[in-house]
Amino acid sequence: MKKAFIPLLIATAVVFAAAPVLIAQAPLESTMGLVQKIFYFHVPSWIAMYAGIAICAVASILYLATSRPAADRVAAAAAELVVLFGLVGLVTGPLWARKAWGVWWQWDARLTIALLLWLIFVAYLVVRKYGGPGAEKLAAAVGLFGTAVSPFVYVSVNIWRTVHPLTSVMPSLPKSAPAMVPPMAASAVAFLFLFAVLLIARIELGRQQAAVDELYLAREDGAA
Amino acid sequence: MMKRLIVVVWSMLLTAPLLAWQPPAGQSEFRPMSEVPPSEQLPAAPLVITAYVFFLLAVLFYVWTIWRRLNKVEADIRALDQKTRSAR
Repeated sequence: MKKAFIPLLIATAVVFAAAPVLIAQAPLESTMGLVQKIFYFHVPSWIAMYAGIAICAVASILYLATSRPAADRVAAAAAELVVLFGLVGLVTGPLWARKAWGVWWQWDARLTIALLLWLIFVAYLVVRKYGGPGAEKLAAAVGLFGTAVSPFVYVSVNIWRTVHPLTSVMPSLPKSAPAMVPPMAASAVAFLFLFAVLLIARIELGRQQAAVDELYLAREDGAA
Repeated sequence: MMKRLIVVVWSMLLTAPLLAWQPPAGQSEFRPMSEVPPSEQLPAAPLVITAYVFFLLAVLFYVWTIWRRLNKVEADIRALDQKTRSAR
């Protein structure tokens, strides 16, 4: 995984350099105008967050089943990125809403469940930091609970009446606004590359922290 | 007993205005932005720029936390190495 870091970092830099140009050249949406361009980093941030949730879920299941520390480190790294990209989504959304809806926030189903999902992953990190011995397994369970909640965030706009745009907006983009597809795709790829780069860096940090902890334990055992 | 009664009466008096307060009537429908006069419309550029800057700051902050934690791990390794050498 470490071998992939440098090529991924270069690819991320290239896509992030190209994405703003594509976003600037994208046509203005007819009713929302310029503010719609926030979508080019609001939607990809949620895509990256969902990638983090999927990785955290798989790693948490592996950790609960096998107790392998490597799986726990991957889950912890992914959970941190869920909080990071979730925060970007939660902040950029209201910036768009202020112009489009006239309010920063609405306590409707989509927004409220999204906030709760983000808080569950904040709780994951809090449990890991302050939970004491055995907190890793409890955190893994919290991560799985968050994963179970995550589909509700996505489908909430189709189940309940909300002010948020429906899930059908994105799949219909190639037909309704084909010129918006390249910048949206570039942004999504850029965010996923960034997610991968940060994930690798965070997993490596966790590996080094674990190695230092093992050295301390070995030294204490040797002294005893 | 009398003390408790006074506390109850005072708390009722203090909370009464809060309970009596009613939120303003909600808007029954959303108005299209085109109906809003230009003087009341918000400029979009600052919102777009704020969103982009926030994203960049959030990522930079996260990278900084990783860098800081890596530095701590390296310091721990150095300290451990020094302790091992002095023990010899």
